[in-house]
Amino acid sequence: MFATKDLAEYLPLLARGALLTVEVFALALVVATLLGLGWALMRVSGVTFFASFAKALINTIRGIPILVQLFYIYFVFPEIGIRLSAFEAGVIGLGFAYSCYLAEVFRSGIEAVDPGQVEAAQSLGMSRVLILWRVVLPQAFKIALPPYGNICVMLLKDTSQASIITVAELSFQGKLIASSTFKNTEVYTLVALMYLVMCIPLILIVGRLEKRFGRK
Amino acid sequence: MIAIRDVRKSFGTNLVLDGITLEVTQGEVVCVIGASGSGKSTLLRCVNGLESYDEGEIVVAGQRVDRDNGHIVAIREKVAMVFQRFNLFPHRTALENVIEGPIYVKREPRSQAIERARALLVRVGLAGKENEYPHRLSGGQQQRVAIARALAMQPLAILFDEPTSALDPELVGEVLSVMRLLADEGLTMIVVTHEMGFAREVADRAIFIDGGKIVEQGVARDLLGAPQHERTRDFLRRVTHPI
Repeated sequence: MFATKDLAEYLPLLARGALLTVEVFALALVVATLLGLGWALMRVSGVTFFASFAKALINTIRGIPILVQLFYIYFVFPEIGIRLSAFEAGVIGLGFAYSCYLAEVFRSGIEAVDPGQVEAAQSLGMSRVLILWRVVLPQAFKIALPPYGNICVMLLKDTSQASIITVAELSFQGKLIASSTFKNTEVYTLVALMYLVMCIPLILIVGRLEKRFGRK
Repeated sequence: MIAIRDVRKSFGTNLVLDGITLEVTQGEVVCVIGASGSGKSTLLRCVNGLESYDEGEIVVAGQRVDRDNGHIVAIREKVAMVFQRFNLFPHRTALENVIEGPIYVKREPRSQAIERARALLVRVGLAGKENEYPHRLSGGQQQRVAIARALAMQPLAILFDEPTSALDPELVGEVLSVMRLLADEGLTMIVVTHEMGFAREVADRAIFIDGGKIVEQGVARDLLGAPQHERTRDFLRRVTHPI
């Protein structure tokens, strides 16, 4: 099925796409994690305004397909004066959408921490911020790690959706090559394998982290 | 040092504290006994503001306990608490549990906090366990770490909320003997407990609470040996002769 000549020809292009995929993934993950943590903290803050705002935001964003969100950021935002490159729009769109999934993961982790832990910290005279930082979040992180890892893998694959707004990541390059060479089987098999290869280290890293924190 | 005046509290329509008045002086060991649901744990939790109260007043070292006031943090620094289920921080070692308060709340230098924590762990009989995580310790050992953690704050008083109720019977003794040591050293303690032997031997005063009210109080030996009130007699009979 694969001719070595084809491989040599496609691989550099696909590798360039894969690199962009990793870049979009990494940056979107940072955005999603920071924002997601913010939404989660707002939800558990006990301040009604923050909690309802975060809840409404999370449910709205979760109810809109990522594709549509990407279209919106890339095509609608310029009309209100926010002009973003395809790459920027992809990172922000994916990061924002995923922040809402992660918010729920973080929130459930925070809420799963034994209330006795908070009481023990309070009885030591710790402030709310200190309790959150030293007692709740470290334990919530451990609880949230498995679902977090799962969402990381989903995000890595969902970076392919950014191809719709012309981010030249792996699936985009694959589609270009396939449509110009008609070697659909070879190209898409290669693309699929490359996604798989990128996911495996991620799964291993999360597994290792789980083991490390599980021991405590 | 701790003054509780006519404190009332209800959860919804359930009145759990119905006008409790109690004064604890420095160096005194007070045991609070009573059936579960009688309000004794709630009372304890009101003293350091883990629970709010509806009416009356609790004053600790001259400061009113009020959960909505910034002073509450300062009060909690002075009144430590030991919980039924230990509530050690599972992600920190025994030593780290003990130094947490001194370093992050009292801002003590780390080396000084560690030095004191080591000494405290020795004092509660846990030399050599500094670097163990809580899940590697027995219940009795965990509770003794929790006591060391409370002591590390150098509190004016320690509140014990059924400190041995979650322990296997053979581990109760090691925790009680540490508590006895502290009592002998003059630490102010309020202890909610079902350990009548401990109350009789160690406490200066015993309080029997039922239905959110103090039914009877007095010198521990007298109250437990010759209770005046019928309800107290009834409770003690059920505790000492369960079958």
